[in-house]
Amino acid sequence: MSDGILATILISMLGGAIRVSTPFMFVALGETLTEKSGRINLGLEGNLVLGAMVAYAVSYHTGTPWLGVLAAGVSGVFLGSMHGVICSLPRVNDIAVGIAMMSFGTGVAFFFGKPYIQPSAPRLEALPLGSWSDSPGLRQALDINPLFFVGIVVAIVMWWAFANSRWGLIVRMTGDSEPAARAMGVQPHRVRIASTAIGGFLAGVGGAFLSLSYPGSWNEGLSSGQGLMAVALVIFARWNPLRCIVAALLFGAAGAIGPALQSVGISQGYYFFNAAPYILTLFIMIASARSSSSAREAPGELSITK
Amino acid sequence: MTAVTTDTPVRLTDSTKFRAWAEAVAIPVGALVVSALIFSIFLIFLGKSPVDYFQLLWKGGFGTSFSIQNTLQRAAPLILCGLAFAIPAQIGLTMIGAEGALVLGGFSAAAIAIPLVTGGVPVVLTMPLMAIAAMIAGGAWIAIVGWLRHARGVNETISSLLMTYIAIAIMNFFVEGLLRDPGSANKPSTMPIGKDYMVGTIPGTDVHWGLLAGLILAVVLQLLMNRTTFGFAARVTGGNARAALAQGLPVGRLVVACTAIAGACAGLAGYFEVAAIHGQANASLVAGYGFTGILISFLARHNPIVVVPVAVMFGAIAASGGLIQRRMDMPDATALVLQGIIFVVLLTSETLYGRFAIFQQKAGADRT
Repeated sequence: MSDGILATILISMLGGAIRVSTPFMFVALGETLTEKSGRINLGLEGNLVLGAMVAYAVSYHTGTPWLGVLAAGVSGVFLGSMHGVICSLPRVNDIAVGIAMMSFGTGVAFFFGKPYIQPSAPRLEALPLGSWSDSPGLRQALDINPLFFVGIVVAIVMWWAFANSRWGLIVRMTGDSEPAARAMGVQPHRVRIASTAIGGFLAGVGGAFLSLSYPGSWNEGLSSGQGLMAVALVIFARWNPLRCIVAALLFGAAGAIGPALQSVGISQGYYFFNAAPYILTLFIMIASARSSSSAREAPGELSITK
Repeated sequence: MTAVTTDTPVRLTDSTKFRAWAEAVAIPVGALVVSALIFSIFLIFLGKSPVDYFQLLWKGGFGTSFSIQNTLQRAAPLILCGLAFAIPAQIGLTMIGAEGALVLGGFSAAAIAIPLVTGGVPVVLTMPLMAIAAMIAGGAWIAIVGWLRHARGVNETISSLLMTYIAIAIMNFFVEGLLRDPGSANKPSTMPIGKDYMVGTIPGTDVHWGLLAGLILAVVLQLLMNRTTFGFAARVTGGNARAALAQGLPVGRLVVACTAIAGACAGLAGYFEVAAIHGQANASLVAGYGFTGILISFLARHNPIVVVPVAVMFGAIAASGGLIQRRMDMPDATALVLQGIIFVVLLTSETLYGRFAIFQQKAGADRT
């Protein structure tokens, strides 16, 4: 393989990693917040799909894609609060409710999304950060959507807030020990409902990226498990928002292998490379399960690590 | 069976048993009624008539002998996929990868059929070999999930779903490449197995034998889980895995066995989809049966026998889809919305167990 082809592959993987990682990042950050409060929401796949549909529909009707992003977030809050409230009832299993919310969110999105498969809605403008370069490949790779940077800012704010703010402390305490939270006069259910709702908002925004930036249209096959992979990603990132960025980029790069190889004409094994992110996730889960650092940093109340 | 002994014997009177049984029936049925009400409000909100909807649902699902057969035809894979969730659930696992095992099972059956059919192996040998290949492929696939859970502590819910996507990718990889039938231009598929190798229908009906296979498996698994040492040990593990380990039960082997059974059920569903419906493996195998099976199992409270009638109900929802689409001008995702509502309401209703005095033992009775 010549250097030119290798460079093309690497550049398109870089661009692909940035593009593909953005929805991962938002869902993972939302899930981090929810899990830090001691609950797991497996239904973020539903938020992602519903968010993508709502964002596309609102962008189509109003002509303002950013309004679509906001609406996607609101739809995520709706699903997140539903999950949060239902799981606050005694004897309700948060993992099972997550599966139900996934099915509910996807069903609602497919139902209302039918009329929007054909029309094209205004998309989010990317920032041409590569305009200094005269290599078209690099320029394309550095056309970065502003949501990517929004995600990084959210991650930094979350990382700071968990360590330094009163709210961050309350969320972490609720997640680590419910009795301690009660003793401090905090109502665990309220904290968890709020964390799941805000987490749902972030996942909805991640969905908006799918339909308004990359791949950039609404159809029923838009998300294939990204919402769930993000949950695994959170375990890999050990509930640290900054590590979520790195993990999301890694997953993004894995997802970009197939398309990158295809761009240089290697289509053999395309489907195999398409499976790369899932295989990577699985191996990461195998490697990080039972690891001592993972056990140390996991929120104590989390049902998935018990 | 000395695995579990209690110092104070639990007095299970007939009345107590009946009350527990009545509770386990009343709460899911109540959840279904509430779901239907919520869905009706949803329909009214959209300007559609709920009465029309449920009438068409009945007509499309059970109205004519054709629709009943259509319903039963669709119920066959749903029974098998419901069982695929129910068995791991009894040992305490939330395994949602039946869709992947179905796809891989169907694909394996179609793949092994290629040399057998072209080699002229007799039908009586080819058909069981295909079914066995499907069950082994599905069983081994999901057994990995169980083994990872036991040996490495990998969360089975996430790993089984990831493996579903990997299974679909494996099928696509071969169907679009190595095993692609040159004749399948628009929809890449494996070589058709041919009419002679297809599974027939139950005499006097248009329903294929998969329905009977599902029924038999439901009965067998019901007996296995409730009348054998294996089933007892599995349910003890499901109740408290640490206690089971402390009692010396082979938890690892039990977990792997239960997940293998689940995968084999889903793989068999894949076999019937290939050998009785499509005649070849292609993307049509990814039809969502595995995911509907999760909901079916929850509604049946993971009880193998009860999975059967619940699967028939969901078969009717699927069978009436086309009629409702045409008559009421509603998208096919309507059924998904209804299923989503049922799912959410049903899981919410879990909180009601033990809340109604009528289902509890009378005060003063022996409670342990």
